[in-house]
Amino acid sequence: MGRYFLRRLLIAIPSLLGISLVLFAVLALAPGDPFEELATNPNVPAEVRANLRAQFGLDDPVAIRYVRWFTAMTKGDWGFSFVSRVDVDQLILQRLPTTLLVIGSSQLLALLIALPIGVYAATRPYSLFDQIANTFAFIGFSLPTFFTGILFILIFSITLDWLPFIYRADISATGWHWYWEHFKQALMPVAVLGLFQGASWTRYVRSAVLDVIRLDYVTTARSKGLGEITVVVKHVVRNALIPVVTLVALQMPAIFGGAIVTEQIFRVPGIGSLLISSILANDTPVIMAVTFVFSCLVILFNLLADVLYGWLDPRISYR
Amino acid sequence: MNERQLRSMINEVKTGKVSRRDFIRTMAGFGLAAPFASQLLTWSGVAQAQTKSGYKPTKRGGGGALKVLWWQGATLLNPHFAVGTKDQEGSRIFYEPLAAWDADGDLVPILAAEIPSTQNGGLAADGKSVTWKLKKSVQWHDGKPFTADDVVFTWEYASDPASATVSIGSYKDVRVEKLDSHTVRVHLPKPTPFWADAFVSTRGMIIPKHLFEAYKGGKSRDAPTNLKPVGTGPYKFVDFKPGDMVRGQINTAYHEPNRPYFDSIEMKGGGDAVSAARAVMQTGEFDYAWNMQVEDEILLRLEKDGKGRADIVAGGNVEFIQLNPTDPWTEVDGERSSAKSKHPLFSDPAVRDALNMLVDRQSVQDHIYGRTGVATRNFLNNPQRFRSKNTKWEFDVDKANRVLEAAGWKRGSDGIRAKDGKKLKFVFQTSINAPRQKTQAIIKQACQKAGIDLEIKAITASVFFSSDVGNPDTYSKFYCDMQMYTTTMTQPDPEVFMDQYVSWQVSAKENKWQGRNIARWRSEDYDKAYREAAGELDPVKRAALFMRMNDLVIEARVVIPVVFRPRVSAVANKLHAPLSGWDNDFWLLKDWYREA
Amino acid sequence: MAGSTLASPTGSIGSRAANRVSPGAEAWRRFRRHRLALAGALILVVIVLAVVLGPLLWAVPINEIDFSAKLQGMSWSHPLGTDDLGQDLLARMLYGGRISLAVGFAAMLIAIVVGTLVGAIAGISRGSIDAALMWLTDLFLSLPQLPLLLLIIYLFRDTLKALVGPEVGVFILVVAVIGCFRWMPVARLVRAQFLSLREKEFVEAARALGATTTRQVVRHILPNSLGPVIVAGTIDVAAAIIAESTLSFLGLGFPPDVPTWGRLLYDAKDYLDIAPHWALFPGSAIFFAVLSINFIGDGLRDALDPRKVM
Repeated sequence: MGRYFLRRLLIAIPSLLGISLVLFAVLALAPGDPFEELATNPNVPAEVRANLRAQFGLDDPVAIRYVRWFTAMTKGDWGFSFVSRVDVDQLILQRLPTTLLVIGSSQLLALLIALPIGVYAATRPYSLFDQIANTFAFIGFSLPTFFTGILFILIFSITLDWLPFIYRADISATGWHWYWEHFKQALMPVAVLGLFQGASWTRYVRSAVLDVIRLDYVTTARSKGLGEITVVVKHVVRNALIPVVTLVALQMPAIFGGAIVTEQIFRVPGIGSLLISSILANDTPVIMAVTFVFSCLVILFNLLADVLYGWLDPRISYR
Repeated sequence: MNERQLRSMINEVKTGKVSRRDFIRTMAGFGLAAPFASQLLTWSGVAQAQTKSGYKPTKRGGGGALKVLWWQGATLLNPHFAVGTKDQEGSRIFYEPLAAWDADGDLVPILAAEIPSTQNGGLAADGKSVTWKLKKSVQWHDGKPFTADDVVFTWEYASDPASATVSIGSYKDVRVEKLDSHTVRVHLPKPTPFWADAFVSTRGMIIPKHLFEAYKGGKSRDAPTNLKPVGTGPYKFVDFKPGDMVRGQINTAYHEPNRPYFDSIEMKGGGDAVSAARAVMQTGEFDYAWNMQVEDEILLRLEKDGKGRADIVAGGNVEFIQLNPTDPWTEVDGERSSAKSKHPLFSDPAVRDALNMLVDRQSVQDHIYGRTGVATRNFLNNPQRFRSKNTKWEFDVDKANRVLEAAGWKRGSDGIRAKDGKKLKFVFQTSINAPRQKTQAIIKQACQKAGIDLEIKAITASVFFSSDVGNPDTYSKFYCDMQMYTTTMTQPDPEVFMDQYVSWQVSAKENKWQGRNIARWRSEDYDKAYREAAGELDPVKRAALFMRMNDLVIEARVVIPVVFRPRVSAVANKLHAPLSGWDNDFWLLKDWYREA
Repeated sequence: MAGSTLASPTGSIGSRAANRVSPGAEAWRRFRRHRLALAGALILVVIVLAVVLGPLLWAVPINEIDFSAKLQGMSWSHPLGTDDLGQDLLARMLYGGRISLAVGFAAMLIAIVVGTLVGAIAGISRGSIDAALMWLTDLFLSLPQLPLLLLIIYLFRDTLKALVGPEVGVFILVVAVIGCFRWMPVARLVRAQFLSLREKEFVEAARALGATTTRQVVRHILPNSLGPVIVAGTIDVAAAIIAESTLSFLGLGFPPDVPTWGRLLYDAKDYLDIAPHWALFPGSAIFFAVLSINFIGDGLRDALDPRKVM
């Protein structure tokens, strides 16, 4: 197992290299120009743009730019944003805590919804509880977050006036009040994301549990006189976890990457909004850094999932 | 209106027969922007009216926090690197220019002691220099005195190509000389009627020499002050997160008495315009929101909640349609829409005439833009009250049908008109933006009734407005029959604005589609008038020439103006925020206060 | 968790009873007895009939602008009300539904087929093939979608338009793009199931009996790993309908005057407090389509599950 893990980590290095190459190529080939806003401003002479392009090395061939980016990156220099002329790592670090907090709690919420509801619904298929849970799940993933977000704002901020809908990273309050304010402003974005994610996860959990709950060994466990809870938790859930682990591992990098739509609606200053504004402004160094870290996390968590499969089902062999 | 009439009108203002405002209004009718008209008066020796700010508070501070919302957050705080309006606004909290433009297009002194004029000797008779007297006892936020050295340095900094500033255009051709500790003289390369560019308004913010001196030229990116501005403005820097928020606190040593009113300012960025409007007008979470590109329907509804209002000021933008005079569908010398080709359908003036009658500008105004976009036939960006009385537009489907019929365009079995086997089918592109798509729908329906088929195309704004040479969908390539966007007049002087129609600016492959004449229309008369205006020393003659250019464009029907778009902001009911369409929203931030 | 599975139903080589029914017929019998699945199928048929035949019966043009009737609620002349240009919402819903449903199903099929294929191949073959396919999956997961989408439009739109005409070209592009961005979770899910199932006794038994790898996969492993695939499929229909609206917002999808359900919902979102009906109908249309597909999916998985006694 340890050797397997090590080997996979070693394989990850060339794959990351390959991914970074593809990412760079896509960004270089994709249409757009970081200085487009200057282009529409008649007072900025064309030479200024040409000068900036030359200064930022945008006129060099893609291959040279890639090598330059890569060598700098290995030395820990992520470059600077063309738009704000601030170092990229600084920009990312500024937004990381908020992202981890908001997206992290939403994923946690999603798990807290999906696991118990999905398991319980599967133990009683087509009961009233199952039907209600399913209906809510269907609503949950048929409505896009851009819609539920605005619905929440209309209900909880505008009609009821309970929650603020503009997320402010620095709140001047202190002590308990500070926590309370943060809780209040994070509630809606976390709920919107968590419910959307939780809705589809519930369906997966339900399906995974249904797959194993009627297997013979579960009947055996029951006939041994084990309590229902023990049966479900110890025998059923562990076996049903493989798809769940897969899905959670797929979703984990998003805790770093943020959620573009929801961040936009609630003005959460997270990595997602940084990424989208950088993409719209063609700010390649920022996009490159965010997506590259993101792909590292994708690889890492998928690898972790692979290792977890072996723990959940020891017969899975690593060869 | 010709030169002689213009002169007699200026004389009437001088003798008091005609008011300043009336003069500016009349000039606007002839295509002259308010600041330009205002400059004309100053040049001719008519004194500037003193703006009444209506500032009431009698002591500094005590106003609590001012919370403003920008749906695009400021990304940097060095005014000379400001990529967009959002960055200029963020910088304007802390930095100030020598003078700013008010809503009427008049100059208001900020760091200058007075506005240069011929009377006070600030303007040289030969039009080749401007002398600015600076306010004394102004301090930078760190306590150092503000002097002429800072002004001279700002010129050196901005005009150095290695600094890569975006304001270089305003500084590279002038020379600035220090006369004494609080007087500078700007030497212009040639007699310039419109002299108020360097050190004025958005590109004129003065930066402190003592903090930027070491970071001139190639090292400009490394200056710590880029992220922690130190200016002379009403608020001092506290915190900045690019793209998210800017915070400032009261500058207790501000150079004007009783100002500012608020104890702190917070400028939050991100999100969308509609929810920004909601935060000001429905929940009152914020005091002010910038640039409400929102359907008027929604604004009106939000205003009913009583917490805020939509504030509308005359701006410089006009939404217009260009009819491609070149052929976008065949390649000539390796490029489509080549200036060498002719559009197969638009070369018939009847077709252009008909299209002009099929744009239902009134409906576009009434049902889409409302107060935020006013139907116009003019190519100028002034508020409704300045609109010329002698121009008009019409929307008449029947007449369009008659014009087309008379020109030989007959309806086919599919209802689409054709002549010589050429069908009246056009591709109509614009950027993705809800009001624009609705405008497209309205025009498409009217065209359908007249036997013209429009294919609607919408391109994401970041591609449409880019200058990417490799992409066929940019507006400067114009690879389709018609396109619609807003052209902005960022500078009050029309010289830069009007080069959009000169033949040497035609956007083409050889200039990497960077030419400003995207409509690709060429006219010898226009070129001649433009060249004359560029070299014209007499401001009055020059003004007459610009009017002529304006008329030429309008008469040639190469563009169909749709609506002119004033600037719209959402303002909390009690907030007093003087706005100007010719400058940043924060041009007079020092005078913002909340009524008790 | 040892000894967890019975022999798979299709592989019950030992029991050759005379009155045996084919597995397909058996599944159909089970499906018919699944009441919710039948209800789901019924709803779906109604929706499909409505969008296919509806525009013929309700012959109001979708882009007839009538400012005097803008933002109206339900009435006889506009049964579902109108939008802010006074366009009839029923006509738009019926027309847009065709596209939304077609995109939803086609994109889901692509995602499921590609995902299952990649997942199955990776799961059954080990070593370098698995590593290569998972690298591909990771790559697709980490690509930033927006720049890639812009690149795809730029590279392929005009070629496709010239090749198959504007409507079909855009349809192919939209379906391909959505499908191509949604197959990765399916691939990872299928592969995970495969890793576990290929070690199970019944697969071992089949292997011992000399079944080829293909037979092991097709007859034994795949049918047992379909649970998450069906769920993914039902969720992907909803996701594709929604994703289509995002694409058209980016200028990649259908022209903005084509009223797909996602697009209607998107346009309506700012008028939620002024004209709630505008959002209500497309929202519920998506909901009922998703609901019916999910019920059918549930019915399918129950019908395919041999252990479920019905």
